[in-house]
Amino acid sequence: MSANRVRVVVTGLGATTPVGGDVTSSWTALLAGQSGVETLTTDWIDSVPVKFAGTAAVDPTEVLPRPESRRLDRSEQFALVAAREAWQDAGAPEVAPERLGVVVSSGIGGISTTLSAYDTWREKGWNRLSPFTVPMLMPNGPAAWIGLDLKAQAGVHATVSACASGAEAIGHAMDMIRAGRADVVVAGGTEAAIHGLNMAAFAAARAMSTRNDDPAAASRPWDRARDGFVLGEGAGIVVLESEEYAKARGARIYAYCAGVGYSADAHHITQPEPEGRGIIMAMTQSLTDAGISGLDVKHVNAHATSTPAGDVGEVQAVAKAIGTHPLVTSTKSMTGHLLGGAGGIESVFTIKALQERIVPATINLDDLDDGIDVDLVYGKHRALPDGDIAAINNSFGFGGHNVSVVFKGA
Amino acid sequence: MAATEQEILAGLGKIINEITGIPASEVTPEKSFVDDLDIDSLSMVEIAVAAQDEFGVEIPDDQLKNLKTVKDVLTFIQG
Repeated sequence: MSANRVRVVVTGLGATTPVGGDVTSSWTALLAGQSGVETLTTDWIDSVPVKFAGTAAVDPTEVLPRPESRRLDRSEQFALVAAREAWQDAGAPEVAPERLGVVVSSGIGGISTTLSAYDTWREKGWNRLSPFTVPMLMPNGPAAWIGLDLKAQAGVHATVSACASGAEAIGHAMDMIRAGRADVVVAGGTEAAIHGLNMAAFAAARAMSTRNDDPAAASRPWDRARDGFVLGEGAGIVVLESEEYAKARGARIYAYCAGVGYSADAHHITQPEPEGRGIIMAMTQSLTDAGISGLDVKHVNAHATSTPAGDVGEVQAVAKAIGTHPLVTSTKSMTGHLLGGAGGIESVFTIKALQERIVPATINLDDLDDGIDVDLVYGKHRALPDGDIAAINNSFGFGGHNVSVVFKGA
Repeated sequence: MAATEQEILAGLGKIINEITGIPASEVTPEKSFVDDLDIDSLSMVEIAVAAQDEFGVEIPDDQLKNLKTVKDVLTFIQG
């Protein structure tokens, strides 16, 4: 890392998740080990084999005014709620519009809108569609609405890489600031995919847990009895700034967004590469980009989705790329898997862990699987050491996308 | 039995409130959508779609552009 490169800081956090309607309530729930996963009671539940999910703790339509929420897909509603929290948390910087950017992604986009609009079109005709159908279903919609809300003109982007989307967005936001194209960038991920078709399709891929008799125990990364991921919904957003800009305006600095590593497995469209070469490459590159060594990394918020194939492979890759010393946890054990929103909320949680020097415990880990050498946090949350520390958020997506983001304590 | 003008006005007020946030009490016959209520053309399309659901009267695009005031819509729906 060159000594004079622009350094990027985190100054604002926002989240709406299955365990809380904002950052504080979500973080408190994680430290208390609370699951946000519950049995669903929707009208399509009999047509899918999975009967539960991590529904948002606070419905976004309770937060947003009705004229606004009716023009937004649910994924856009989550994104706006979290972005407004993050923006206020950052002190609503009075940045020039041409120096303000947005990079916010979802993995799937406005699929609930697409499906309900399809029904309206077939049953009632084209002229009964809302004129806002297209901006509701387009995958750049969440980024675009946030950009409009904040009057951002430096570039509004949506990186799409399935379940790596949110983390990739934060990486690209950091790159935008480093490249000098913006002083402040609002970044993160959102997802609202709890719909019968998605549940059926993921079930068809044999990717989801079917622990219907005990939903809160279904997301159980690294446990021998894990049987697939649990779908969650919500959004996580961060405000990133150049260190110079943030310090000049006297902003509170949570952490440094210090490095990012991207790679692709080039192996299989959905299955993880068995040797973990792609995710090792992403983590190694993120360390190089941050100018730190594996020994500096004290915590990893793992991708670990509770699937039989992925969880153990990831921590074996962590051991190779970083070492066995970091405190590793999977907050998905409580939130479920937010797909494109995962990298957003889990970056928020990684930053909170650095700020408060505490790592939430993975829940439901009762019977540790074989082949795990890293220091998993389960049973009870654990403290992080004093001094200069770094943490990594991992996010991987269907398609073989791997993203590791490094944060350093302020 | 056809709805009275008062019933249509109340229904229209509810629709416009839902779509724009403007209080239903401000939706009175003499108001102009553009000049008084600050309602743009896409919002007018939303109102037309909702009015069709509510009153069962289709407002074609070439008619919609001629409906300048709340009174114009009331008259159109009453046929």
